Amino acid sequence: MSLFERAAITGIGETAHGRGLQQGSALSLQLQASLAAIADAGLSPRDIDGIIPMATGAAVAEDFITNFGIPDLRFSATTPMGGASCVAAIQAAAAAVATGICRHVLLPIGRTGYSGTRIGARVHEMPQFRTIGEFELPLGNVAPAQIYAPMARRHMELYGTTSRQLAEIAVTTRRHAILNGNAAMTKPLTIEDHQNSRMIADPFRLFDCSLESDGGAAVVVSSAEAARDLRQPRVLVMGAAEGHPDSPSVITQRPDILRIGLAKAAPRAFAMAGVKPSDIQVAEIYDCFTYVVLRQLEELGFCKPGEGGAFVEGGALGIGGRLPVNTHGGLLSQAHLAGMNHIVELVRQLRGQAGAAQVEGATLGLVTGYGDMGDGSIAIMRRA
Amino acid sequence: MSETFAKPVPHPTPDTQPFWDGLARGQYLLQRCKECGKLRHYPRPVCDGCWSMAHEWVPAGGRGTVHSWTVCHHPFHMGFKAQSPYILLTVDLAEGVRAQGQLRGLPAEALRLGLEVAIGFEQEGEGPVLPVFHPVPA
Repeated sequence: MSLFERAAITGIGETAHGRGLQQGSALSLQLQASLAAIADAGLSPRDIDGIIPMATGAAVAEDFITNFGIPDLRFSATTPMGGASCVAAIQAAAAAVATGICRHVLLPIGRTGYSGTRIGARVHEMPQFRTIGEFELPLGNVAPAQIYAPMARRHMELYGTTSRQLAEIAVTTRRHAILNGNAAMTKPLTIEDHQNSRMIADPFRLFDCSLESDGGAAVVVSSAEAARDLRQPRVLVMGAAEGHPDSPSVITQRPDILRIGLAKAAPRAFAMAGVKPSDIQVAEIYDCFTYVVLRQLEELGFCKPGEGGAFVEGGALGIGGRLPVNTHGGLLSQAHLAGMNHIVELVRQLRGQAGAAQVEGATLGLVTGYGDMGDGSIAIMRRA
Repeated sequence: MSETFAKPVPHPTPDTQPFWDGLARGQYLLQRCKECGKLRHYPRPVCDGCWSMAHEWVPAGGRGTVHSWTVCHHPFHMGFKAQSPYILLTVDLAEGVRAQGQLRGLPAEALRLGLEVAIGFEQEGEGPVLPVFHPVPA
């Protein structure tokens, strides 16, 4: 049995995104986004019978039962893969609804990434960072920018990838955030702005790094059958997969430090979906750092390994470009919601509800997650 | 460890304590499986080749080549603010595993993949002894 078109995304919701908006706790933000997603689907909160809260988030299944008065939650799980968690949860939710365990699974997230604890302090509380914490943190390898930078540096040395090529990704993504309107970053960005921004962890400059923002987002994954009776056009999950890199706890010891978990997940998802990269009309690609987008484009098969730099040049990732990417502004410019906002945007695009950022005629697209030391996840979807 | 030492310190477990004890003696220790002989690093309980838990600790020769690097400008931990920017090297040790450490005695502009480096040991205040890398004289 395959999960091909056994599940659909039936509801999407998000709060206002920003930095220091004082709009509530991480728990209240995800409850607010969840209520919006459930209403979008045309469901009642009491219809939710499955939930996959963020493993490192501020809420557990019990919070949703309590706040929503859910009478009989039949399924709960977590997918602790950092930024790959939200998209990995689509596979887990699809499996739960395809096997009849439950009908409507809520995937919520809410964060106070700007107002609350910042990233350098936060990551080391996670068990996934235990190895780094003992052997590399004392050397000065503290935050994801530093942990991932050697991958980008090696890509540059091996293939001639340049900082200006990374800037292309940041600039295009900012343009999309402005089109979206609900974004933390609202000022236009140029390649020169990027090149003049301060160095964080070479080769990552400030504008190669994603935001820390406050907000919430949520989606509802329903069985494909149950989705027929709901409010929105059906967006079917054609393929979904997660993949873990070799040496998943630490990049330093990975045989090929450029090879990420998506290299294993993407072929599985494309095979399940029965489509090829050239069929994809819009892609929401996890963008904790510009380089991470570039490398995923290669692993997804949009170009060959080492050719990501040339692929992103000349506005190729813009709306109307070769492959529109992160049409909402991503983690780089809209909000850091660990990629739940990427799922929300893909569904919006496929429904034709993306407003000024709409990719004309888009009915087939994909979304990826990337987390911790390179865990990967992917979902390929189409409008029914 | 003194409370005045401002940098993050390791919290070894019984599985990893010998590695830190080795550094304190000026040795960079690797684990070798007593069953199949496979080297592994960082320290952990089981050999992923034959699943034996029997192992011994062997000192690395101390030579390696540059696999990649980053220059850390923004101090994400205040304990590193005074020395920023600092260079973190990822090094292919001659034994076939990798090590990480700060670079001494060479600017970032001189770095390239494959550059030969030698391991050294440093202790700051009451902190742990940590590995660092030095250029190898031509």
